[in-house]
Amino acid sequence: MSRTVTRRRFIKTVAGVSVAVPAAVVAARLADRYGLLPPDHDGLFGLGTSLTYASQRLLTHGQPLAREFGRQQISRNFPAINTVMPEDGDYRADIAGGFQNWRLSIDGLVAHPTDLSLDDLRRFPSRTQITQHICEQGWSAIAEWKGVPLSVVLTAAGIQPQAKYVFFTCIDGWWDSLDMADVLHPQTLLTYGMNGSNLPIPHGAPVRLRVERQLGYKHLKYLSTITVTDSAAEWGKGKGSEGAENGYSWYAGI
Amino acid sequence: MIVQHGSNDRTLPRHTVLVRVTHWINTVSFLALMISAVAILLAHPRLYWGESGGYGSPALIELPLPLNLDQSGWGRNLHFLGAWVCVVNGIVYVISGIVSRHFKKALVFESRQVWDSDLPPYTSLQRWSYVCVIFVLFPLMIATGLAMSPAISTVFPIFVQLFGGQQSSRTVHFFAAVALILFVIAHVVMVYRNGFRTRMRAMIYGNSAAKETVQ
Repeated sequence: MSRTVTRRRFIKTVAGVSVAVPAAVVAARLADRYGLLPPDHDGLFGLGTSLTYASQRLLTHGQPLAREFGRQQISRNFPAINTVMPEDGDYRADIAGGFQNWRLSIDGLVAHPTDLSLDDLRRFPSRTQITQHICEQGWSAIAEWKGVPLSVVLTAAGIQPQAKYVFFTCIDGWWDSLDMADVLHPQTLLTYGMNGSNLPIPHGAPVRLRVERQLGYKHLKYLSTITVTDSAAEWGKGKGSEGAENGYSWYAGI
Repeated sequence: MIVQHGSNDRTLPRHTVLVRVTHWINTVSFLALMISAVAILLAHPRLYWGESGGYGSPALIELPLPLNLDQSGWGRNLHFLGAWVCVVNGIVYVISGIVSRHFKKALVFESRQVWDSDLPPYTSLQRWSYVCVIFVLFPLMIATGLAMSPAISTVFPIFVQLFGGQQSSRTVHFFAAVALILFVIAHVVMVYRNGFRTRMRAMIYGNSAAKETVQ
């Protein structure tokens, strides 16, 4: 009897594997076709982040807004971590000049590549939102942010239809990218104001990113360039962000 | 450890293949979740109540743990991989437990006939702790985990609102995890005290220990 059971189990196992493996391959192909595969999908940890990314992208398909709060909930102490003062010499000069010489370059798959000044950004229609900044370390803080939706600026520059990612580089050398769902989300801002003032230096002056559906490390500070692209392959190791090359998943929706 | 079906010679394993497989997948994923949880917690070993909290605001509890900011990268990756395995495995276990009436027989009713004669049925304390773990603590871990996700909270703000905010969700997640770890410790101690080898065999081979007992 044990022989029969063993054979039956063996057949079941073979049948299970022969269904599961092609099913996984087909699922991965489908996920890739519908833009549900993150650039850092390789390896065992890539499986976890791919499942999270694909399921959250399907759930957030309707682009619902992140929660917004009342003024009374604004945090008195908003921690500033990582770079709080870029070493770059030009940056020091920019501070002295009130960021009059600072430019945000927009290039890649756009109809009109351009360099925008802080005043140019302020001339776009603005959005103000009181949202929570959630750090992967565990702390969180609430602030009021003012800026121009990234989608407004990129639409003005003319996003080409094959665009898949938007890459950002920063004055402190950091780089990262977002998919088009987050790029076009109405709460994703090029942020120049915080709690009613200009964005303070420790929080990324003159302009930082707000990506309300992701954790704090995606909200890049000290923005320098924006590049629209159809592939993550040419940036670093192709994992989509400097954080991903240091073991932090590219997608930080959880 | 064999369930005798009257005069019929057919024997049934004490634990079905599905229960055994899901048990060990759960063990591995729980270990991964526990180790990575510590790695994540050490990045900020303070707990808060309400919506927001951080250095510079009052903590509900400052855990006496060393601060370590270098571990949360792999910690987070391992945590969410472990969470996917644990949740998918748990769904399979719960659905099969409902369909096969395993829960009803083993956990709700003190039904002697599902167990072999050598072992007493679960005590009510055991049954209640299993019910609590499967139907209260694990769902609570999942709900508080989802509550902390900035993407999920755009679709289902109910989770984070239910627990009173981002930081409350994190704190409840922590205490539910502590309760689960206490359960695991008690579970392992019970297995050890009630015949470690026999019970390990029962959970690995199903009925192999029975052969030894019967033969």
